[in-house]
Amino acid sequence: MPTQPAAPLWGKTMDQNAIQPLLTVRNCRQSYHKEASADLVVLDDVDLTLQEGEIVGLLGRSGSGKSTLLRIVSGLLKPTAGEVKWRGETLHGPAAGVAMVFQSFALFPWLTVQENVELGLEALGVKKHEREERSEEAIDLIGLGGYDGAYPKELSGGMRQRVGLARALVVHPDLLLMDEPFSALDVLTAETLRTDLIDLWMDKKLPVKSVLIVTHNIEEAVLMCDRILVFSSNPGRVAHELTVPFAHPRNRFDPAFRQLVDDIYGIMTRRAPKEVQAAPAVPPTGFATPLHPVGTNLMAGLLETLSSPPYDGRADLPALAAALQYEADELLPLGETLGMLGFAELEEGDLILTETGKRFAEAETEDRKEIFATQLKAHVPLINAIRAVIDQRSNHRASAVRFRDELEDHMSPEYAEETLRTVISWGRYAEIFEYDEEAQQFGLEEEDEEEA
Amino acid sequence: MTNYTPSILAGRRLPNRWDGAALLLVMGLLIALVDVGRGTISTPIAAIQNTTIHLDPSYLPYYALRSTARMFAALFFSLLFTFTYATLAAKSRRAGMVLVPILDILQSVPILGFLTFTTVFFMGLFPGKVMGAELASVFVIFTSQAWNMAFSFYQSLTTLPNDLQEVSRSFRLSPWQKFWRLDVPFAMPGLVWNTMLSMSGGWFFVVASEAVTVGNTTFTLPGIGSYVATALREENLRAIFYAILAMLVVILLYDQLIFRPLVAWSAKFRFETTAAISGPEPWMLKLLRRTQLFREIGETVTGAMRAVFRLRLSFAATRQVDESREPSRAVDALWFTAIALVAAYAGWKIIGFISGTLHWHDLGQAMLMGTFTMLRVTVLMAVAAIIWVPVGVWIGLRPKATRIAQPIAQFLAAFPANLLFPPVVLLIVYYHLSADIWLTPLMLIGTQWYVLFNVIAGAAAFPGDMKEAVANFHIQGWLWWRKVMIPGILPYFITGAITASGGAWNASIVAEVASWGNHTLAAHGLGAYIAEATANGDTARVVLGVAVMATFVITFNRILWRPLYAYATRRTTLG
Repeated sequence: MPTQPAAPLWGKTMDQNAIQPLLTVRNCRQSYHKEASADLVVLDDVDLTLQEGEIVGLLGRSGSGKSTLLRIVSGLLKPTAGEVKWRGETLHGPAAGVAMVFQSFALFPWLTVQENVELGLEALGVKKHEREERSEEAIDLIGLGGYDGAYPKELSGGMRQRVGLARALVVHPDLLLMDEPFSALDVLTAETLRTDLIDLWMDKKLPVKSVLIVTHNIEEAVLMCDRILVFSSNPGRVAHELTVPFAHPRNRFDPAFRQLVDDIYGIMTRRAPKEVQAAPAVPPTGFATPLHPVGTNLMAGLLETLSSPPYDGRADLPALAAALQYEADELLPLGETLGMLGFAELEEGDLILTETGKRFAEAETEDRKEIFATQLKAHVPLINAIRAVIDQRSNHRASAVRFRDELEDHMSPEYAEETLRTVISWGRYAEIFEYDEEAQQFGLEEEDEEEA
Repeated sequence: MTNYTPSILAGRRLPNRWDGAALLLVMGLLIALVDVGRGTISTPIAAIQNTTIHLDPSYLPYYALRSTARMFAALFFSLLFTFTYATLAAKSRRAGMVLVPILDILQSVPILGFLTFTTVFFMGLFPGKVMGAELASVFVIFTSQAWNMAFSFYQSLTTLPNDLQEVSRSFRLSPWQKFWRLDVPFAMPGLVWNTMLSMSGGWFFVVASEAVTVGNTTFTLPGIGSYVATALREENLRAIFYAILAMLVVILLYDQLIFRPLVAWSAKFRFETTAAISGPEPWMLKLLRRTQLFREIGETVTGAMRAVFRLRLSFAATRQVDESREPSRAVDALWFTAIALVAAYAGWKIIGFISGTLHWHDLGQAMLMGTFTMLRVTVLMAVAAIIWVPVGVWIGLRPKATRIAQPIAQFLAAFPANLLFPPVVLLIVYYHLSADIWLTPLMLIGTQWYVLFNVIAGAAAFPGDMKEAVANFHIQGWLWWRKVMIPGILPYFITGAITASGGAWNASIVAEVASWGNHTLAAHGLGAYIAEATANGDTARVVLGVAVMATFVITFNRILWRPLYAYATRRTTLG
């Protein structure tokens, strides 16, 4: 970042002692109405208060409702219940003074950098002269000078997100909302953007009073935020709130930093507070448990890694994630799936291989399929249900549509589709059934058919 | 070249009650049109000064200009229709339920069959004035252009990227601003492409609509179409060749001055994140972009347009999306009842209109004729496939040949085939050939090029790594066609074939009956049936013929093309 005078360029000063919070969210709930059964709850009983001068992170896995909360805060989405107050007044739509940065950048490909940046000002009816002046200022601040006339498709991902940032900053919002702003970028580019943003924030050059950032990257949250809200899934709730006590600039390799990251991993892998504790060692999964779309090759790869040195059956999740270049968001569903199938166990941020998992890792292809089939039949009721229907039919065929419909009674259509896809892929690998995509029908292999 | 899904293929596969209602509404509307037209048919029409068409070629530039002007007037109305109709259909759930099926039916109705009545209708609006005939001509061209443009725009509006919509809302753009900043630009590539297809198809209708015979009066508007009609009557072969030459020049100019620059320019609006390798800039676009004078004019115009697009005009649309809100059942019920009532009224009108003059055996007759025409279309498609698939693949796999042949095929598709009819008719008359067989190729003479250029595009887009794999495994001969090339180009072939077959049905109305001086040739078919009924002023049979043809076309699309296209795209793409 070029060094610039530290004077507040934007004619605003931050007031740390503001009495009135910028934003309050009380008892917020978001659910989708289902005709057949109970409502599908995405967010449940969420509270959030934002003061001026802080960067707050919403951390959670995909599907934990954190992006939904961001959209509610932005005024794009109306919560099913609860109240959202912006500067003390109930929010009824996208508010002036709130600007958003998108994960996909969301730039208009047919507008130049400058036109993209000016978009928000046009909507406000700002005159041409002032528009140009302000967009120039924002473009320079964010390090895009010289790119004014370029189209987004000519820019790299990092440059595109800078345009997204400039477009949000140019309207001088009080609150900057960021929806996984760096997750579509490569590691180095993301790091540069993060530090540039934090530098501007510390130098008080950002024309914003507060930042709310959604992320699934634990290190990113610890690196940037003053306060982190950790979300749990199904339904999305604030499971934990913690303050990050470190001063900027923060050092990723500082032991205290590492410890905090480790602690958050622990929080995120901790089981939901003892609702199903009476159950056997492996938690039972109902017919309609959403399945993570984890491929069998990926599972096999992780089990092999886990069983060989240096892990030898036990791995610390942050370390494993770093070694495999995974983010928590990607690794956790993988670990959970292994746990569900009885191949491994998750414990306070550690992944531990079970006996079955070890056997699988050491087996040959055909044996692996058999082990996998056994585990599927033991732990995934959906697969048994499908096989049972196939066996009942005289022609040994069953329509996938009926299972999708049944799943949709219990989850959103997207999850139902994902779960069905996953179960098809697993069932095919384990050779429990065949699937005809064209007819959308389950069936049996010929030899099985003769037996049955 | 991009392969856009033809609008015919876009809708649902199975007909439902909305299609029924839409069919009733469309037919009812057409009958109302005919009714009004028939009412005015008896009023004296001699008042209009009948234009004399001179066969001297020096008049041709002027005639060509008049024809082109009609084309652009129709285009203007088509755009207006597209922006309003499609927007309404996309933004209002209730309006969309009925507007979309209506559009689907409209694009299958051969409006050419109604040429006489629309002419009379517009003449009735402006009695004794040339204006009426001009408007009638523009209207016919409009009906050949508007539907697929509107469909393309509607499809774009329903697939707007979610994040850009959120940007528009969170930065609080007004609906007007969003329309010009997001909706129109996003729809632009598909809209430009469909506009071009429409224009190409439009020339055919320009030519057909300039000389319309009602009873024993012929209305002529100065233009290339009426020039050809006069030449036919006077058996002047030389004049016909002049007309063909003039048309070639017009299409060439339109292709170079408008078509190519516009398509190249619209690439800017492609919704993709990587910069595509673009072909050479058309010289016209280069001229517009690089020349000082043109640039200044361009900047003034776009500057003024942007200022208009930037106006807020309204302050609404800053509301939240409320996902838990259910649409009001009561309003829905009211809306459904209203549509059902209007459809029932239209149905009653239709029955009243045809029951007086028609019997069941008329329907049988029309169906039989329809079957004849269907047979023709099917044979033609098969012949076109056998000829153009190998040729297209050969060209498409050779980049150099593609660069030369692709523009020629597109150019030929735009050429109005009805100008080429007279020489063929002359040959049939001269050699006493069977009209039933030899008039048939005329139906496809103009639209076969769609098959060719889509196949070329498909073969040219065939992935390089797959070509290498095929060479590596020594896949040749019949196996190569069966397992590699035909599946590879199938979606493209179907895209072309559907355009071609749709055009062939429409063309049958002018292609199954042809005349040269006093000789009139007629083949057996639904097109000839409609044309004859029109000539006799038998409105009931025209309506019946058109309805039967629309039903044939819709059924064809629904039970053949749509499943085939869905299958082809599903099977031949990864992921």
